[in-house]
Amino acid sequence: MTESPTQPAGPKPTEPTPADSGPVAEALEAHAAADTAITDFGIDTTSRTTYEAIGDYWNRLRGGELGAVPALLGLTVLVVIFAIASGDFVSINNLANLLQQGAGPMIIAMGIVPVLLLGEIDLSAGTASGVAATLLALHFRDHGNLLGAMGDSMFYGFVVGLVLAALLAALLRLWIGVVGSLGAVAVLLLGVPANPYLEMLLAILVGVGIGCFTGFLVAKVGIPSFVVTLGLFIAWYGVILQLIGAAGTVSVRQSDVLFNVANDSLSVVGSWILFVVACGGYAAVVGLRHAARLRKGLVAQPTPLVLAKIVGVVVLGAVATWLLTLNRSPNPALTDISGVPYVVPIVLVLFVVGTFVLDRTRYGRHIYAVGGNTEAARRAGVNVPKIRMSVFIICSAVAAIGAIVYTSKVGSVDGNAGNGNTLLFAVGAAVIGGTSLFGGKGRVRDAVLGGLVLATVQNGLNLLGFQAAPVNIITGLVLLLAASVDALSRRRAAAR
Amino acid sequence: MSEPILSLRGVNKSFGPVHVLHDIDFTVRAGEVTALVGDNGAGKSTLVKCIAGIHPVDSGEILFDGKPVHIHGPRDAAALGIEVVYQDLALADNLDVVQNMFLGRERLSGFLLDEAEMELAARRTLASLSVRTVKSVRTPVSSLSGGQRQTVAIAKAVLWDSKVVLLDEPTAALGVAQTRQVLDLVRRLAEQGLGVVLISHNMNDVLEVSDRIATLYLGRMAAELPTRELNHSQVVELITAGRSGDLGLARPDVVTI
Ligand SMILES: Nc1ncnc2c1ncn2[C@@H]1O[C@H](COP(=O)(O)OP(=O)(O)OP(=O)(O)O)[C@@H](O)[C@H]1O
Ligand SMILES: [Mg+2]
Repeated sequence: MTESPTQPAGPKPTEPTPADSGPVAEALEAHAAADTAITDFGIDTTSRTTYEAIGDYWNRLRGGELGAVPALLGLTVLVVIFAIASGDFVSINNLANLLQQGAGPMIIAMGIVPVLLLGEIDLSAGTASGVAATLLALHFRDHGNLLGAMGDSMFYGFVVGLVLAALLAALLRLWIGVVGSLGAVAVLLLGVPANPYLEMLLAILVGVGIGCFTGFLVAKVGIPSFVVTLGLFIAWYGVILQLIGAAGTVSVRQSDVLFNVANDSLSVVGSWILFVVACGGYAAVVGLRHAARLRKGLVAQPTPLVLAKIVGVVVLGAVATWLLTLNRSPNPALTDISGVPYVVPIVLVLFVVGTFVLDRTRYGRHIYAVGGNTEAARRAGVNVPKIRMSVFIICSAVAAIGAIVYTSKVGSVDGNAGNGNTLLFAVGAAVIGGTSLFGGKGRVRDAVLGGLVLATVQNGLNLLGFQAAPVNIITGLVLLLAASVDALSRRRAAAR
Repeated sequence: MSEPILSLRGVNKSFGPVHVLHDIDFTVRAGEVTALVGDNGAGKSTLVKCIAGIHPVDSGEILFDGKPVHIHGPRDAAALGIEVVYQDLALADNLDVVQNMFLGRERLSGFLLDEAEMELAARRTLASLSVRTVKSVRTPVSSLSGGQRQTVAIAKAVLWDSKVVLLDEPTAALGVAQTRQVLDLVRRLAEQGLGVVLISHNMNDVLEVSDRIATLYLGRMAAELPTRELNHSQVVELITAGRSGDLGLARPDVVTI
């Protein structure tokens, strides 16, 4: 996904330098000296008091930029309701369980955020993740003999398809797609004996290959993503049925590593190390950046607010870590279950990497630009097709990571892997968190928060003994509520 | 007379069956303001977009500094030092002022965006163009007024050390004071040795600020003459009829779209 600058054909293939010293700058400075009175941008406020910052934030909320507020409020309300209604809900055991159940859909939702940021949709992310899970499970069951496990036509179909995916990625110079697809081909052809880490890698590589396909059809052929991914959604479901059968299941329980991903936890020491690394890292990054902005006289948040944020995160992290390191076994005398579940660091790493890429790299900036105004991005020299294709690769690769987690949670893959609600829940999670389906607005954080809301609804209702029917109805209503809050707040903002 | 920095020879451009530009010859000279005028739909914006690499030309030649160049995309144009302020503003609403000004040419420190550098550079440039009461360079463009956006678009173009600046109706949305400032800036850019192209429907502005006037009539270059040899009514005739006395197209009446 690195931007390789295209060589200009002109006689002077140099990047133009910003006009700090050129004639334009001189012209501007001469002008600035002429009338220094009218420099509204020059006197712009770089620092505000905490009071002003809170006032500004309040105004933005009133202006319809709700950000994470509805999801956080919703989460709080849900937790309170379930805590009152069911004694089991607020147990530490259930907290860990909720995280482990919610992680799979949450990860798929994180992957779909970049796609939504472009105003596109990937309906096939669910069944694509199912395909990745299927290959993972078959590779494990048949000790790496995928030719035998998949049957001739499927096996060679996959090999040819993945080579084609690599070629398509090469066409747009998306080297990550080329490497991923060819890596998957290598694992297929080599027939290396079963190894849980290799199988997880295979799932991700297959995800990359699938994404190359989807992305190429959308970005280069120009078919609307809704149609492309609707077709692929159905097709991948067919592939899973062919490989596993409607009633079949492939177990991965025999592999400790595969099973533990979503069912086991870090040791107590490991949990505290995670806390130190995560919270310390957060404090360092946020604190140092704030100090640098203040030093250079840039637009910055008020210091007390930044400190409050850091303290808040550290305290929350410490409390959560402490709770999760207590023994939460239903039978404390017999077994000891404690530590932060593995899914927490997995989600954290994806969240941090995703946020970093979207906020701090050129690639992320271009995703927002294409989502906000495609033509403006194109005129600014952004390689729009490449950006478009790349987000679909990210989406299915991350969906494959989600597949590893949900496969691990149940310990097997069946013919319905990734089918049904999987994808729509992921989209729902992102929307609840505040990501817009029209593109240009959204963050990885939204998927995490929205995913937590949906996981809480399902977990709480299940504990209360509700059956599938009311659970689905209520989940749907929660999604509608979230969308309505967003739409109403915007209408208010537009009406003002 | 100064050197031509950018010249077009026999450029043609069609959108499907619609032939928009017919054998256009057009020259931009360093240190001069060339006004490009013509009625609505004459093809002015299309010409600008061809130079900017947004539309590929069907045939014809583009010379930059006397050498033929092939502009395949906006990046190529920018690399040559050609900057454009588009008529339909090319800003992304969801990004803030700084992010828009550096879009496509973000400054990096290592892997990461160098926000500090960009913010300071953007503020330096904006400080010298007037925008009324914008609170911060970190304001999203969606919350700016039309004129403020236009100023950001102009600032985006002059931020770079460019050789040719094309402005497509830059003052259309601006108030009196800001129009004045843009016209002054246009003059100053030319005095600093840049080639400036100004598209405008305001004849007073055009006559005041330009050195040469190029008139497009139904996709044909009707005349390209020094401003001092033309008066108001001649320009208007060239725009509306394609000819004025001896000037302009030989028989504009046979011209069809
Ligand atoms: N992308 C396009 N596809 C098809 N036709 C186009 C396209 N862009 C412009 N045209 C046509 O080309 C002709 C010239 O349009 P252009 O925008 O260049 O006019 P203009 O001189 O800039 O007019 P105005 O003064 O109104 O801005 C018009 O007839 C228009 O319909
Ligand atoms: Mg125009």
